[in-house]
Parts: sequence; structure tokens; C-alpha cells
Amino acid sequence: MTAAPSRVVEIRGLTKSFRTGVTALQEIDLEIEAREFVSLIGPSGCGKSTLLRIIGDLIPATSGTVLVNGKAAHQARLDHDYGIVFQDSVLYDWRTVARNVSLPLEMLRWNRAKRQARVKEMLELVELTGFESNRPWQLSGGMQQRVSIARALSFDPALLLMDEPFGALDEMTRERLNMELLQIWAKAGSTVVFVTHSIPEAVFLSTRVVVMSARPGRIAEVIEVDLPQPRTATTREEPRFFELVTSVREALAAGRGDAARPAAAEDLY
Amino acid sequence: MSGAVVEPIPPGTAGEIGRRARDWIPAIVVFTLGIGLWQGLTTLFDVETFLLPKPSDIATSFWDDKAALWDAAVYTFKEAAGGFAIGSGLGILAALLLARFRVIGAGLLPIAIAANAVPIIAFAPITNNWFGLLNPVSKMAIAAVLCFFPTMINTMRGLTSVHPSSIELMRSYAGGEFAIFRRVRLPSALPFMFTGLKVAAVLSMIGAIVGEYFGGPTNALGVSILNDSQLFNFPRAWAGIGLASAFGIAFYGAVALVEHFTTGWAPSARSFRSE
Amino acid sequence: MAQVAAASPSEERRHRGVARRVAATRAATIVLVLAALWGLWEGYKWLWETTGWTWPFVVDDTTMPHLHDIVGAFGDPATAGGPALIHPLLDAAWFTAKEALAGFLLGAAIGFALAVVLAHSRLLERGLLPYIVASQTVPILAIAPMVVVGLGSKGVEGWKSVAILAAYLTFFPVAINTLRGLKSVDARALELMHSYAASRWHVLWRLRVPASLPYIFVALRISATASVIGAIIGETPASIQEGLGGAIVNFNQYYSLQPTFLWATNVICAALGISFFALVAITERLVLRRAPENIA
Repeated sequence: MTAAPSRVVEIRGLTKSFRTGVTALQEIDLEIEAREFVSLIGPSGCGKSTLLRIIGDLIPATSGTVLVNGKAAHQARLDHDYGIVFQDSVLYDWRTVARNVSLPLEMLRWNRAKRQARVKEMLELVELTGFESNRPWQLSGGMQQRVSIARALSFDPALLLMDEPFGALDEMTRERLNMELLQIWAKAGSTVVFVTHSIPEAVFLSTRVVVMSARPGRIAEVIEVDLPQPRTATTREEPRFFELVTSVREALAAGRGDAARPAAAEDLY
Repeated sequence: MSGAVVEPIPPGTAGEIGRRARDWIPAIVVFTLGIGLWQGLTTLFDVETFLLPKPSDIATSFWDDKAALWDAAVYTFKEAAGGFAIGSGLGILAALLLARFRVIGAGLLPIAIAANAVPIIAFAPITNNWFGLLNPVSKMAIAAVLCFFPTMINTMRGLTSVHPSSIELMRSYAGGEFAIFRRVRLPSALPFMFTGLKVAAVLSMIGAIVGEYFGGPTNALGVSILNDSQLFNFPRAWAGIGLASAFGIAFYGAVALVEHFTTGWAPSARSFRSE
Repeated sequence: MAQVAAASPSEERRHRGVARRVAATRAATIVLVLAALWGLWEGYKWLWETTGWTWPFVVDDTTMPHLHDIVGAFGDPATAGGPALIHPLLDAAWFTAKEALAGFLLGAAIGFALAVVLAHSRLLERGLLPYIVASQTVPILAIAPMVVVGLGSKGVEGWKSVAILAAYLTFFPVAINTLRGLKSVDARALELMHSYAASRWHVLWRLRVPASLPYIFVALRISATASVIGAIIGETPASIQEGLGGAIVNFNQYYSLQPTFLWATNVICAALGISFFALVAITERLVLRRAPENIA
């Protein structure tokens, strides 16, 4: 990996209001260092997906500054500084798995040999070797998401943006993919911003959890996750894990303004 | 990776075909029963053969006159095919333009919807006056207009019904409008375009034949059917209609075949569609 | 995407204001487009007449009358000393409309009933569906002459044969789309009904039919247009005088003398087709309470 500026994402005073008058985000300040894994978690309407898209310059900010890799978000997008994974794998039905992974490489005008080599590498990374000629609909949801991740990382971006990528999958597949994602993250050395609805997932994956609250969207609290790396299957069973999950839960409840009563998991929805 | 859910499948398994053959058995049974019943009833009850002649009479009628009827069918088919080519071609072009320049498209959409509800075939006498009664171009024009709208409308729908995430994905690759158009909108529009083309194929044949009802040369199929009806020669009229059907179905099938080879990837293309 | 909180009253007022502005812009664009088409027609006519080009066809007052002449034709008497053209044309339109409507309603009812039967019997569906699909490729309009002439010789009134034709054209799209709609029901919704021990009748009328309404309306929109076309075409070979088809045949004979009459008839035909379509679209909007999907 080429040397990247140590602050991958720098956000100051970000505000976003829509034309309908809704304020999705208010005065957001956030800094993300290289190789961090930051989760954004919060109730519906807290603006976490909006925030992710602003970082990716897919939506403009209303005011404030957003720097990605030391440049304006717009320039970062033009320079292909990040890869994005959506909840829906957004694979193209008319392309094989291999050609789906090579899509960004084609846009970057890599030559065929380089593309083929990289596709092979990426599919090995997500453990889908042998599925090059399959079509997206022939794969399960979890496999499709792995292809989506392979595609997002294929051009080695410094930053990986993920919008509830495992939201549509069942719990067991999700836990498995969480492990795989961490392994990929470690190998690729990228920085990840990860939007999720699931408290355990956020704690398990991240180095930091950003808890957001709604109406208007703002950052309620940032919780450092000091669990040892690399995370393993037993990490979820450690007492510290439960403590952190509880902290996040309480932060969410506080963000909603009912810190007085004990929060329950269902309250998140 | 523990326990792969799906084995790597080489594309194009033959397993599908066997299954589908079995699905067709009830239909084949019905067809045989239907023809048998028709023949049986008309023979047994000596039903007035005027409106529904015995299948055997129709077959004889066709065989006796097969050369003339076939030539008429080919003549009319050429009108249909010509109209299809012109109308669908223009329709696709129009769709590309209107999808690119959305503002004009939005303005023209209500007009297109209204135009689609107009009985185009009623303009056959006018095209006869323009190009001449005996000129095949007069019927080709009708067929072309009939083909234009379904093709344009369906292609436009395909070009504009792209999942917003796909567009966001392309933007994340710094793709501009042209890249999005080329890599996402066009391929995803193909299944829709073929839906329109299939409708157009059927309409073109109908347009040519019905256009001929308003006047045309005697070596045209529509004129032949009309004449036979008015002379109460129903077996021959039905033979003509059967032939017209066959050409229409074959035309539809040809388009469907092209669709299969170019868009076999579309999962929806493999499920039942109706327009 | 971030979800928007429920709109406050002031936001709702703003939404309605926006909607009104959008509707006004849309109306303005339509007027502009029509004006542009008018200009295109007259421009083409002027250019071709001035230069004398004969491709694709010769342009003069007979092949391409001035649009204002066509409009004016509505006021001219169709027969010497008779009423203005618009009166017999409207009468003819009404006659054709009744045929088309009768056929439309009959065909829709039969199509719906057939679809309900097929939805409940996999065997019947497998046996009959291919023909229903294939018959869409049969040039049904091609049978028009035979049906009308043949039944006419048996003493069946012309308009009834035409209505049967319209019913035939309506029946197939309605059957296919209704079937599709009836079967499109979410498996989980079905399971819910079963958990209530709902009878097949209940499942049909409380779940499947409401779920299939959007599909049915798509077919009805197509059929509305098809019924009108079928009615007009059905009238022509038998020269049923009272309808628009008869009017077309009549005015076609005198085209060289009075070209504008045929054009005026076509305008009325177009208006009839559009009105039928609009009626169905409005009904759909009322029944479904949302904008119909834009194209048939």
C-alpha cells in the first residue's frame, strides 16, 4: 500500500439539511485515522447512511468541511480513494462474478492481464475461487456480498465505506462474514467506516463506535473498543465485550433522551 | 471456506430443458384434444361450416391453394417486417434521446401515452392516399407507427428504471453520465427493449393485414382473407388466417430467440412475461 | 438512506405547493409540445409544397390539409343542407363507443373469471395457458371480417358482432394479467390467511383479488384502447353505417373531393380512443389511490 496521510477522514462542522426542511445532520465533527475500523450506529433517522454518503461525495453537504485523504471529498471520489459496499450487493446481472469484480478496474483502464490477475487475487481473498464464471443470481446472499467486497477492494482504496452490508443476511452468515471482513481488513490494511444497526456487530468489528442520535442527527458519544486484536470467535464471550455492548446501548438510550430507564434491545427499532 | 452453499456451476446446464419438456405435456394434450374435438363436433353434428369449418376442410383449402396463399403471406410479411424495422428502429432512437434529455421526455410522455391510445389503423385510408392503394409502403407505414410506441415506451422504461444504488456505485468510481449510460443503463434496458420488440413483432403483422382491409392488391394476404370472407369461402379465409398466425408467431419467436441469445443472463427473462 | 421524520403541517403545505407548480409546468409543456407539433405539420407542408419534393409522398391540400381546415371541417355540413359534420360524427362516435364498452365489459368479466379458475388449478393452467399466450399472436383483428359478415348473414345485428370482437380483444390481456396478479401474492400473506383458517373464497376476495388490482388495471388500459380499435375495425368490412368505421369507409370514398372530412373522422377516432383510456386511468387512480404506472 502506498503511504497515505494518517488522517483518512476529517469532518468539521458538517451540517446537512434537505430541501424539504429536514436536518439530517447537525454540526458533526469526526476524525478517522488510518487503519481504524469505525462503526456508525444509531436509530432510524440519525443520518448515519447520509453521513456515509457525504464522505463518499454521493450527496453534497450543506455546510462544514469534509476531507478525505487530505482532499475535498469530491476530489477524493474523482481520485478513486474509496470503495463502497451497499446493503444490496448491487451486482450486475449481465456480468459474471469475475467481470463484476473487474468493473472498477475497467473504469480505471487497467489492462486485461492486470485485471485478471487482480480479480483472481480478490476472489481468493474473499474465498470465492472457482466462481469466476457464475452469474450473480446463482450465488447466495452472503456470497454476493463477498463479491461486492472483493469489487470494492479490487483497486486498493485507502478507505472502505460500508452501508449495512450484512443487514440482509441471517445471524450466522453475518457472524461468519464479520470474521472474514476483519481478516480482509487486516490483510488489506485499509480504513473502514461501517454503518450498522447491530450493537454486537459494531462492538465486535470496530476500534471505535460512533453512537449517533436522531432529530437532528448528531454524534451522541464515541466509544473506544479496546478489545484485543485480532478478534476471534471467543471475543464475543468475553466480559469486556458485554460491558462495551452495554455502554453502546446506554449511549443510544441516552441519545434518545430516556437515559433514566434501562434500555432493551428492542428499543433500537 | 467451510461448506459452500452453491457449487461452481458451469453456465448453461441442460437440466432445465428436461424439466420444461415435461411441463409442456398438458398443453400438447389440450391441443390434440382441441383439434380432435373440433373435427369431431363439426362432423358429427354437421355444424354449419360457415363460421367454423372442419379443420380438415381448412387443411384441404390450404393445400389446394398453397402457392397463392403462401405468396400472399410472404408479401404481407414483407410489409410487416419493413414496418417493424423502421418503427422499432425509430422507437429505440427516440427512447435513447428522451432518456438522455429527461426534460423533453417528461413533456412528451403524456403525448406518447395519448398517442398510444389512438386507433392508428384508422389512418390506413390516409396512408393509402399518400402512397397509393397498391403500394406496400402504405401498409408498411401503418405497421411502423404501430411498432414505434411499444418499442419506445418499453425501451425508455428500461433505460430509466435502474436501481439507484447502481448509479451510486458508478459515481463512487467517478463515472460520468456517459459511463453510467454505457455500463448500466444500456445493458439493463435490453430485456425491456425486447419486451417492446416482441409486442411490436405481433403488432406489425396485425397492422399489415388489417391495413390491407382498407384496400390493397389482390396478392396480399389481408385482401385475400377479406375477399374470401365476403364470398363466404370460409375454409380458405381461415386457411389465410392460420397462415397469418403462423407468420406472426414465427416472427415473435425469432425476436424471442435473439432475446435469448443476447439477454440470457436476465433472470426475469426466464420467467413468464405478459405484455 | 436516512429516513425522513413525519412531515409537519407547514411541510405538507409546502409539498402541495410544489405539487401544484409541477402540475402547472406539466400542463405548460404539453401545450408547448402541441404547439410545436402544429408548427411541425404546417412547416413540413409549406416546405414540401414550396420545393415540390415528392418523397416520401406528394404534399398538397389533399394529402395534407391545413390543420385549421381540418378543424374548420367540423363545422361544415356533411351532406347538402345537412347539419354540421361534428353532429353525425359525434353520433357515430357514441354508437361505436357503446359497442366498444359492451365488448370491453363482457371481455373483462370473462377474462377475470378464467383467470380465477386457472389460478386455482395448476393442471388447467399448464394445459390452457400456452394457448392463451400464443393466441395473443393471432391477428384477431384479421378475423373481424369473417365474424361480422358471417354472423350478419345469420341475422345477428352488426353491433353485436362488433361487441363480440371487442370482447375478444379484451379477454386475453385481462385473463393473463389477472392470473399474474392473482399468483403474485406474497407467500407470507398467504400463510397468514391460512393461519386464520380462511376459506378459499375468502383468500380469493380478501387477498388475491385486491393484490391483483394493479395488474388488472394494466390490462384494462390496454384493453380499453383495443376495444375501441376492434369496434372501429369491425365496422369497416361490414360497412356498419352508424359507427365511426362506417364513417371512415364513407369519407374514404369521397377523399379526393373532401379530404378534411376523413381527417376530421380520424380526429374523433383518436379522441374516442384517448377518452376510453383516460376513463380507465381515472378509475384506476380512484380505486388504487395512487398514480397508475405510466405505460400500458
